[in-house]
Amino acid sequence: MSSHIFTHLDALESESIHIMREVAAECKNPALLFSGGKDSIVMLRLAEKAFRPAKFPFPLVHIDTEHNFPEVIACRDKLAADLGERLIVRSLEDSIKRGTIVIKDESKPRNPFQSVTLLETIAEFGFDACMGGARRDEEKARAKERIFSFRDEFGQWDPKNQRPELWDTYNTRVHAGENIRVFPISNWTEMDIWEYIGREKLHIPNIYFAHEREVIRRGGNVIPVSHLVQPKPSEKVEVATVRFRTVGDMTCTAPVESTARTVEEIIEETATTRITERGATRMDDQTSEASMELRKKEGYF
Amino acid sequence: MSNTTQLLRFITAGSVDDGKSTLIGRLLHDSKSIFEDQFSAISKTSEKRGMAAVDLSLLTDGLQAEREQGITIDVAYRYFATPKRKFIIGDTPGHEQYTRNMVTAASTANLVIILIDARRGVLVQTRRHTYLASLVGVPHIVLAVNKMDMVDYSQARFDEIVTEYKKFAAQLELHDVTCIPMSALNGDMVVDRGDKLDWYQGPALLELLEEVEIDHDVNTSDFRFPVQWVCRPQTEEHHDFRGFMGRIEAGEVSVGDEVTVLPSGSTTKVKEIVTYDGKLQTAFAPQSVTITLADEIDISRGDMFVKSSNHPPKVEKEFEAMLCWLSETPLDKNRKYLVKHTTRTAKCLFSRLFYRVDVNTLEPHEVDKLNMNDIARVAIKVQQPLVFDSYEIDRATGSFIVIDEATNNTVAAGMIA
Repeated sequence: MSSHIFTHLDALESESIHIMREVAAECKNPALLFSGGKDSIVMLRLAEKAFRPAKFPFPLVHIDTEHNFPEVIACRDKLAADLGERLIVRSLEDSIKRGTIVIKDESKPRNPFQSVTLLETIAEFGFDACMGGARRDEEKARAKERIFSFRDEFGQWDPKNQRPELWDTYNTRVHAGENIRVFPISNWTEMDIWEYIGREKLHIPNIYFAHEREVIRRGGNVIPVSHLVQPKPSEKVEVATVRFRTVGDMTCTAPVESTARTVEEIIEETATTRITERGATRMDDQTSEASMELRKKEGYF
Repeated sequence: MSNTTQLLRFITAGSVDDGKSTLIGRLLHDSKSIFEDQFSAISKTSEKRGMAAVDLSLLTDGLQAEREQGITIDVAYRYFATPKRKFIIGDTPGHEQYTRNMVTAASTANLVIILIDARRGVLVQTRRHTYLASLVGVPHIVLAVNKMDMVDYSQARFDEIVTEYKKFAAQLELHDVTCIPMSALNGDMVVDRGDKLDWYQGPALLELLEEVEIDHDVNTSDFRFPVQWVCRPQTEEHHDFRGFMGRIEAGEVSVGDEVTVLPSGSTTKVKEIVTYDGKLQTAFAPQSVTITLADEIDISRGDMFVKSSNHPPKVEKEFEAMLCWLSETPLDKNRKYLVKHTTRTAKCLFSRLFYRVDVNTLEPHEVDKLNMNDIARVAIKVQQPLVFDSYEIDRATGSFIVIDEATNNTVAAGMIA
């Protein structure tokens, strides 16, 4: 950068790097939550910008629901290997075997149970800070959450007992047993993420781009057919041209109909879309007005 | 979208009665930043509550925890963009904890919108909001004279309010104040100009938000670089690499510049400015970079690099500040606290409380303890020297937070005098 042109992406990037370096400097044993989704891929590039030429001063951690799209898991493994960084994967299956998670219905979303395995992983490794790629524009509970968000021993978020966050002087102190979730890209929007993916030429799972896929229509949602979601006798399987705006649990992540095959086309579509990211794609967030807020209070990201 | 779109952070100050939520709703709605699923949710709620039109103020409605317990969480952040700029709104509810919330939200803002109900004019709370904006050094102030529809869009009424407000504002050091008449309810002078306020020649609110000059909001002259993290890869490829990572808080620096490392006072030259995207010749605030130096000097997190040719910061163990107490537990003069200033944390003691400011009248009062929302002039002693500027000159190197070690809570915000 030779001239003094400092774009909004430059401003957001510098803020995120500053946050990551504060975590590295002040927390004893941090981790970076990495799923292979687009937001966590942006987080990985920001970590490279923050710490290269050294290795990351923390491992990457993924809490695998085993309900993930195979393309996303492949991308997760490839990116971690290419960067030469340590990736820790803990699966909900482990918690199920231990009996700490009891699944009643295999075809139901597993997001509510992720918190259990996350807390077990935090305890196993003694992490005092977990960085995640959540954004405040995603959802109204997140809009009110701090960048450094404190959790008690049960991993609970207490929205009415948050520390004031002034300037960018972050209070990172915790007592033993407590931990912090840190959201370095809090101030980024979906549009910023796509513009950054374009600018940085980031490799993301191909299911973010338009492709043909077998889907069924159920309750106003387009649902991808997979080994977990099979059509009921009354439902018709059709082939649609779709892309995913978010990639989560296969049973509750709906694609949107789209022909956008490049990042530029997605940016154009994002600029004109009239539905929010989670409104369009996350069936678990549609169940109640406060569903994200409730999950966060139970220790979710 | 052009590549030089800037980011503007602003907050709104005012109570629900002034139409604050309606104003934010109007700004989001008319700039086409509301999505269909959000709009349909508030349409349904408006209908349920028996309203004739969609109530835009519902867009800023709270969480379940807030509704159930009748509390409001201090700051919610909202995002919208126009082709010219990206905006971050820090939305603070107006209630009894207002001082604490507004100071928190204003600490990162470039601009504050102070709302007035045109029928009621300049009130005590208007003075309070304006004082807090000046205390926290928000560079730009907009006085939004709302509900002009309730006073027949009267120019005389607007002029009367502006005259009174400017008289008050002159007592405070406010450099940039713009007064705009508007009706958030009807959408006049928010995004669109409407046809009722033709006598007003200035910018509509969004136009101002898009155009206000924010490049000079940071100190651009004196280089300040607090060291955040020392990078020593110790790999074969980068065996001798020792880089100092941090964010430039003010000014700029070039390869070859002589820098002084504070508090030690050692001097050396900048060898390289390293980023992931390549080496730079010059870097400036607020870039996050890695600096390597010509000489091996003992440097750790908490030290600050300044340019030897620039105006020097102060390096002191004792200083005065304006303090805003944020905690429900009052300040205890006999206790030690922690102060976090840039990247340095040190033990501190409040050696004197000079006076408390009544935020409504601006009058000083004698004080011997500080409660939540109190603002006071204090003297602080720290265990190790801090490297600082006055807050007025540099918000980044003139601000600090106070942490209670027993609870780990952030209990105060300080601005160095």
